[in-house]
Amino acid sequence: MLELTVYGIVYGSVIALGAIGLTLIYGILRFGNFAHGDLMAVGAYVALFFVAVALPLLGIPETRFEPLSFGWRMVIAIPLAMAATALLAVVLDRAVYRPLRHRKSSPVMLSMAALGVAFLIRSLIYILWGPDPTRYVEGLLRIPIYLPFDIKVRPDQVVILVLTLLLVMMLYLFLQKTRLGKAMRATADNPDLARISGINTERIALLTWVIGGALAGAAGIFWAIDSQLTPEMGWGFLLPLFAAVILGGIGSPYGALAGGLIIGIVQQVSTAFINPAYKPAVAFALLILILLVRPQGIFGGRS
Amino acid sequence: MALLEAQGIVSGYGEMEILHGVSVKVEPGQIVTIIGPNGAGKSTLLKAIFGLLSVKSGRVTFNGTDITGWSPDRIVRLGMCFVPQTENVFPSLTVQENFEMGAFIRTDDYRARIEEVFALFPDLRAKRHVKVGALSGGQRQMVAMGRALMLDPKLLLLDEPSAGLAPKMVELIFERVREINRAGVAVIMVEQNAREALKFSDWGYVLAGGENRFEDSGPALLRNEEIGRLYLGG
Repeated sequence: MLELTVYGIVYGSVIALGAIGLTLIYGILRFGNFAHGDLMAVGAYVALFFVAVALPLLGIPETRFEPLSFGWRMVIAIPLAMAATALLAVVLDRAVYRPLRHRKSSPVMLSMAALGVAFLIRSLIYILWGPDPTRYVEGLLRIPIYLPFDIKVRPDQVVILVLTLLLVMMLYLFLQKTRLGKAMRATADNPDLARISGINTERIALLTWVIGGALAGAAGIFWAIDSQLTPEMGWGFLLPLFAAVILGGIGSPYGALAGGLIIGIVQQVSTAFINPAYKPAVAFALLILILLVRPQGIFGGRS
Repeated sequence: MALLEAQGIVSGYGEMEILHGVSVKVEPGQIVTIIGPNGAGKSTLLKAIFGLLSVKSGRVTFNGTDITGWSPDRIVRLGMCFVPQTENVFPSLTVQENFEMGAFIRTDDYRARIEEVFALFPDLRAKRHVKVGALSGGQRQMVAMGRALMLDPKLLLLDEPSAGLAPKMVELIFERVREINRAGVAVIMVEQNAREALKFSDWGYVLAGGENRFEDSGPALLRNEEIGRLYLGG
């Protein structure tokens, strides 16, 4: 049970990273980005490209950091893949979402466009990498470390948690302490007043995609390090992502963080009682429950 | 030369035309109040002046510059700031952060200005790090005005600053408007509390049906029996 909770925290931190970006995009651009899970998949596959193709070609050796499953190649690949995912998010905004925004399309239109983008990304992954599940490292025995209370964790999971914490702390400092971060929160609060105050909200939108994309990329990589990559992985994330966002109160990044952890823990712990195949259904049930009982989210936020 | 001059403004929302050629003028250092029945186009006029609504015909000049058709973020840089009637604060930001956002386009050190604004609204000082969403209606209105003052504007546009406030708070807000004005800021405001507002207004405009009906100094409008009967509720 405790072990499942620990796994839930690891899974939840991945969901949280994605959900933070999703909630920021919702708060500032006012639509549900149904392609967010697939942005996470892009991050994972771009990292795979670097780890398995580009960096070996450049002669970067794969020296693993025992007892972790990855080495220098992954260290280099993570920031590059985050940057690539952020870039893709910006390009998609320029090509798809911004024209719709300027035409004053409804949020539903934008969400449907995002759904289209999601299918597009997934198909591209199929074309480029094929449908088979892959891993960053094949055939590796992952030896767990033993913690008190008979909890087994894999060393990778500890690193994932630390890195997630680091990213969240950086985001916190950015949002709370910097001029641009405050302007981002202000724009999410009241876009009209932000414009009246002289804030260039188009620039803020761009920044939102960069941050949301980079965090999604990181989340996808972290997930794939701990399990595997499949072209469909983004789809599986979508429901827990939205559940976390709604649970935390739409538009609230700190709510999304807490929501992600809660969803992760509940999903993992539920496997002690019901068939693990029903895990996605648990996220679904939780989502419906929140919408019925507390649609504004457990941490306030806008409804 | 007038600080603000709007001539023959035709504007509205989308296809619906609300202003059919309204003209107003604000001289430097003046308080100008716009009164009139609901639907007269008072708020629409402020929004059109500030570039929030497109001006279909007419001309807006501010401080000698033709700003017709400019976007709000450009107009702000010339020293004109707008306080909307509703949703005029950032509720999840603290009081201080709201003021910082008001100063967003300033590249110099504006900390002294924040203290000046706190001096104008001393009640807010103790709430400096409180989220504005948790404040009372009157305090929010003060935050909204404080935010707009951060740029040291030459002209302040106020859309019904006293709407929905308790009588005591209305008095306080009007007192603050006078104090801001004494510091050299010209004010143009739309007001429902017309009698109170006209008392201290240098000039008043009466708008009805999207057109100018009457104009005179504030006290003169108050003395005018016809205006009193038609627009000030007897």
